[in-house]
Amino acid sequence: MVIFNAKNLNIWFGQIQALRNVSIEIESNEILSIIGPSNSGKTSFLRMLNRLNDLNPGFKMSGWLEFAKEDIRKIDIESLRKRVGMVFALPLPLPLSIFDNIAYGVKMHGERNRRKISSIVEHSLKQAYLWDEVKDRLGVSAFKLSGGQQQRLCIARTLAVNPEVILFDEPCSGLDPISTAKVEEAMLKLKKDYTIVLVTNNVKQAARVGDRTAFFLSGELVELDRTEKIFTAPRDQRTDGYIRGKFG
Amino acid sequence: MRKFKEFLIEKLIFICGLASIFFVILIFLFLTKEGLAVFKYVNPVDFLMGKSWYPISEPAQLGILPLIFGSLIVTLGAAIISIPIGIACAVYIAEVAPSKIKEVLKSGIELLAAIPSVVLGFIGMVTLVPWVKTVFHLPTGLTALSGSIILAFMAMPTIVSIAEDALYSVPKSYKEGAFALGATHWQTIYRVLLPAASSGIVAAVMLGIGRVIGETMAVMMITGNAAVIPQSILVPVRTLTATIAAEMGEAVVGSEHYFALFAIGIVLFIMSFIINVTADLFLHKRH
Repeated sequence: MVIFNAKNLNIWFGQIQALRNVSIEIESNEILSIIGPSNSGKTSFLRMLNRLNDLNPGFKMSGWLEFAKEDIRKIDIESLRKRVGMVFALPLPLPLSIFDNIAYGVKMHGERNRRKISSIVEHSLKQAYLWDEVKDRLGVSAFKLSGGQQQRLCIARTLAVNPEVILFDEPCSGLDPISTAKVEEAMLKLKKDYTIVLVTNNVKQAARVGDRTAFFLSGELVELDRTEKIFTAPRDQRTDGYIRGKFG
Repeated sequence: MRKFKEFLIEKLIFICGLASIFFVILIFLFLTKEGLAVFKYVNPVDFLMGKSWYPISEPAQLGILPLIFGSLIVTLGAAIISIPIGIACAVYIAEVAPSKIKEVLKSGIELLAAIPSVVLGFIGMVTLVPWVKTVFHLPTGLTALSGSIILAFMAMPTIVSIAEDALYSVPKSYKEGAFALGATHWQTIYRVLLPAASSGIVAAVMLGIGRVIGETMAVMMITGNAAVIPQSILVPVRTLTATIAAEMGEAVVGSEHYFALFAIGIVLFIMSFIINVTADLFLHKRH
């Protein structure tokens, strides 16, 4: 099933055009990796999917973008963001305890039953592969965790509000290889229940986890294909050049 | 030659820097020397806890409790009015207002800070005081409430500009994180931005209150200056500052009245010192 459908999507921030005529279909339960050099529009595209770009003054769009067959501009923005969760480049724990960091979003969406909240917290931490490391100290400040643990905490926090899609914006850019491996492992497991869109600067990461990979350059979608295909026999020379590290 | 110039400038700056500290110390010493002399006539407990202030009767009664209460009730009233409005205003400017309105509001707030306190007092006297009198059916409109309202206007610019600053310096990523979880704008403000900026906001409030407690002119003009322990906010009160300003001119140098006014100065100094240090502690916690 197609969950996101973009047709001729153009966006601007003030005078600067960040996306040019991008058309993509994102399937449910796939991991779509988006690669490209900086300023290629990949993060701008990702932030279209939960309308985070709307926060930017001077943002304009043209073209078509639908989520679950609905015009994304017509969906209530809070419920869209609940259904389309996001994990940021830098782990962003709130200045609260581990437990409260995850309970925060759940409570915000109206859940008051404490037993239910604890079970959601436990379940989300398990899904993010963090439960075993923190189950004895849920009350301590989230800032006490290591960078990799904080990032998995943020994944758990996103999962706790029960989204359908999770957007990852360079989730491992600040992490060491072992933490990265853990986050990737979590992503692969999450694929069963969620659609994942992963923006990454790490070409190898795209190759490891992506079902399909899209290559963006200067705001354009250059190529989109099965990940094996992109990495073995890309159709476009620019894709080939980027993957081989000739530029970027 | 260049080295000499460098040396000269360096020393000059050093002296200028020292001068400000030197003056503070001098003021403090003078204040203590003149103020502590009052305790030859009255013991500290009677001075602070005494209920009557009749400095020129014979024998003089030098109890400043009514004045302390006067200052506290006016300050408290001003705080109750200015804190919610000030913080709400800061939130509006930092988060809600479109950029054009934001600019207008910010300069408006700065303008409010630039109005001399005597002008505010004057406006209060001719507009607010009669209004308070008719609304509450009082014999006089010169009350603690009138003082609180005018002082709230004076605390507002400090509270708004510092709190706005604190809100503005909350990392943008906190806000995005909350939005990405599906929080509404208000939920983001209330649960993420305000807690994250809390130390700066507390500092803003403390500095605003510090300004109120030290304010003299406007207060003297509209609070009625009755040195009685206030039973409500609708009676005339006399503050510590107004007492000094009103009576220093007529006090005989070297009399116990004169020394008592300096001792009031010490009390004020200690109060605003505590407030400023608290504000400072909160401001530094932020960094």
